[in-house]
Amino acid sequence: MTAAGDRLGPTLFERSRPGRGGGKVPHPPKDALARIPADLLRGAGTGTAARLPEISEPELARHYVNLSQLNYSVDTGFYPLGSCTMKYNPKINEWAARLPGFAALHPLVPDELAQGTLQLLWELESALAEIGGMKAVTLQPAAGAQGELTGILMVRAYHLSRGDTARTEVLIPDSAHGTNPATASMAGFTTVTIPSAPDGGVDVEAFRAALGPRTAAIMITNPSTLGLFESRLCELIDAVHEAGGLAYMDGANLNAIMGRFKPGEAGFDVMHINVHKTFSTPHGGGGPGAGPVGVGEKLLPFLPSPRVLRRPDGTFGLETAGERPTSIGRVRAFAGNTGVLVRAYAYIRAHGGSGLCEVSDDAVLAANYLKARVAEVLVVPFPRPCMHEFVASAATLKSETGIRTLDVAKRLIDYGFHPPTIYFPLTVEEAMLIEPTETESLETLDAFVEALRCIVAEAHSDPELLHSAPHTSPVRRLDETTAARQPNLAWRAMTGSQTPCPD
Amino acid sequence: MAYGPHTTQDRALMLEAIGVESVDALFADIPVSLRSSGLNLPAPESEAELSERMRLLAGRNRVDLVSFLGAGAYRHYTPAVVDQMLLRGEFYTAYTPYQPEISQGTLQTIYEYQSLMAELTGLDVVSASHYDGATATAEAALMTCRATRRDRVLVSRGVHPHYRETLCTYFAGASLIADDIPLVADGPAAGTTDLAALERLLGDPDHPVAGVVVANPSFLGLLEPMAEIGRLAHAAGALFVSVAEPVSLAVLATPGEYGADIAAGDGQPLGLPLSYGGPYLGILACREALVRGLPGRLVGMTADIDGKRAFVMTLRAREQDIRREKASSNICTNQALCALAASIYLAAIGPHGLRDVAALGAARAAELEVALAAAGAPRLHPGPYLNEFAVRVPNAVAVHARLIGRGILAGLPLARLEPGDASLADALLVCATEVTAPAEIAAFAEALSAELGGSDVAR
Repeated sequence: MTAAGDRLGPTLFERSRPGRGGGKVPHPPKDALARIPADLLRGAGTGTAARLPEISEPELARHYVNLSQLNYSVDTGFYPLGSCTMKYNPKINEWAARLPGFAALHPLVPDELAQGTLQLLWELESALAEIGGMKAVTLQPAAGAQGELTGILMVRAYHLSRGDTARTEVLIPDSAHGTNPATASMAGFTTVTIPSAPDGGVDVEAFRAALGPRTAAIMITNPSTLGLFESRLCELIDAVHEAGGLAYMDGANLNAIMGRFKPGEAGFDVMHINVHKTFSTPHGGGGPGAGPVGVGEKLLPFLPSPRVLRRPDGTFGLETAGERPTSIGRVRAFAGNTGVLVRAYAYIRAHGGSGLCEVSDDAVLAANYLKARVAEVLVVPFPRPCMHEFVASAATLKSETGIRTLDVAKRLIDYGFHPPTIYFPLTVEEAMLIEPTETESLETLDAFVEALRCIVAEAHSDPELLHSAPHTSPVRRLDETTAARQPNLAWRAMTGSQTPCPD
Repeated sequence: MAYGPHTTQDRALMLEAIGVESVDALFADIPVSLRSSGLNLPAPESEAELSERMRLLAGRNRVDLVSFLGAGAYRHYTPAVVDQMLLRGEFYTAYTPYQPEISQGTLQTIYEYQSLMAELTGLDVVSASHYDGATATAEAALMTCRATRRDRVLVSRGVHPHYRETLCTYFAGASLIADDIPLVADGPAAGTTDLAALERLLGDPDHPVAGVVVANPSFLGLLEPMAEIGRLAHAAGALFVSVAEPVSLAVLATPGEYGADIAAGDGQPLGLPLSYGGPYLGILACREALVRGLPGRLVGMTADIDGKRAFVMTLRAREQDIRREKASSNICTNQALCALAASIYLAAIGPHGLRDVAALGAARAAELEVALAAAGAPRLHPGPYLNEFAVRVPNAVAVHARLIGRGILAGLPLARLEPGDASLADALLVCATEVTAPAEIAAFAEALSAELGGSDVAR
């Protein structure tokens, strides 16, 4: 981070001065709104404009450029945020998504006008089906969590279609992402939490005991959120199938296994994929992503509508309304986060089959290398080879020095690194989930280890330095308690006087 | 590999440090019976080849037609500064701002977005974003059920059909009921939400209503009696959800003004490309009293330990990573960069510019109405509209298809989205915005007139 400390600035609202800005669009005739009854107009027709900021373009550009410089990003430096797969976002993909042919295409044009995009979507579905070993894929879900909801709603439709109304439970390991149980609730299911075994995998015996006629599905993240491949996977899948339930795979960690393991072939009935993780579409500060869902034979009839079809004459089209009554229906207004999917498609074409296998091999290689190196300075609880990420723990450091994972994370900021995911998964004490991805160089990985080594030394020599870290960031640790107790969630005239504007 | 830095030597060094012979050894945990060997996908492509492929694919789409198509996604002028700022890698390659000390850029822009949308909607609190207008509407309806502990919502047939379908998909999972409110069949209020029917539906003592969901402007472009609908909903103890279009809020009464408890909508018109349906921006706003049931992220203003003003994600106890199965929604990744685009758009265009965009669209639409009526396609409904309306065209689907051959995208044949509604069988939904040129309107009218067998067209 470059001297960002002086870049904290006023809000748009503090920068606003009456009379600034303008010149972007032509003015309408004075009587443009005369035909609309006054009581239907803003301010009952008094002509009151919304109190939006008035800012000149030069100030606007500086506002956003300065704000951007307060951010840490993949383009800034190493971002080993476990379970988030913060890999490099190729620039050609940004260019491609902005091509007018893609960007200016209206979602409701007749199919004949959208052949390029429809072909791209159809080919992307096929490629993702191959990667996941699935029969078919829908690209509609806007994010992983919506993919989960789509998948679990299909599970629900499957059981109901068989007249099986007793299946009300979804089994979820305790190491799962929070989205899994939240999804089960949204789809009307009860969550049954399955404990982890000492080796980090699902406790198969506890799992078997929880199975029964009420089991709708199990949701398994594989590799798990500990970065471990579920070694007793066959048993888990067979057992849930024997009990009449379905197997859902959370594909958040697909980056580890492309070409080595295909979930559909292993017996999973449904899986979502986060294209903003494995397929390098930018995270955007929290979206937009896309969460395609792959299904096996059993769930094929229930895919959301409309599906992308390849017609016998080689043209492409969307299903028409009501064409497939078994569908769970629409999960969003239009075809999908297409602009994001264009980027994912470009990423897949750039790599090809061999390149994607190499992506996973390099991601796993880098994670295991970093794990071996981090083990020089911190405790790494699971000794067996990891997949694309691994957990380290500051539990020992804490008992020796009082320094917690949070302190180590905040101190890493001072060394120029984004901290790993911390306190997740919930099953490891003082957890740090570290995911280097395949796009970080050996020099970067080594520098990260050296930073951790220095921090562990500081924990013994100068613990206060860590308790009060970070020191070099634009702001220091925040008062999150007041933020929650007296929430200030939108700019109001009063706000400025309570907390002074930084300039 | 296209973007990887590792040389053969790097890989050898890493294997040696790990203490294994080959990378295969690292995958030993995958049961042998489950291992696959490679991917049956095309070969890698160089960037030059890839760029040509993408250019060709994009070229197979037709975006050169004169378009009057809206129906939930709208063409507008986007100031150049919007995309230039979005291309800052510090914005688009960052993750969710979990580490606030190094995420103040993202956090402040989300706070500003919440503030801008609160002003536009006239409501107190706005979520950091949802996926799109349809899912925001579904989440708004779910909110009303949680807040009232009732299980039934009423949704006007004037809400976009795709939004209604999405809401039904979400409701099926939660075993909740969504009933339609019909539209008035004829007379001066034709095409708007039927208030008498609404009153009857609200009066059913066995099925109390959690929320009433109405769009303004409606899917058919009409302005609804929102204040009256709000009064009816509240009298029955239900919450009132407005589905609003954000550009229109520069000139139309706001959800806050007419008493809505929650507003949902799509922010695409605020500077986002059409992009065949996404990524768009789900807007979800509510009154202060409902904030703890609001799904999605929220950013609040606070201070750091030195007293410096700063921003942070807050009220996190509503969210899935904290509450798990008890969370208000499963939403995690949302549409942050789209919310940023909307904020930059609003700041660039300004309050008067946004009003100009809405009013110029209304002026062009009025010109379009006159021109199409002269060409033989009169409006279908008599009530007030802003910039979108339905016109009656015999054999609308066939005429629409033939007009494409004349270079005109004549809006949407309503039969495509509402196949069951006989009153819409011969109708086109058309819209104009500030980018609709008078010459385009004339070209549309001329082509339509020719298709309908009319003679000369008033220009």
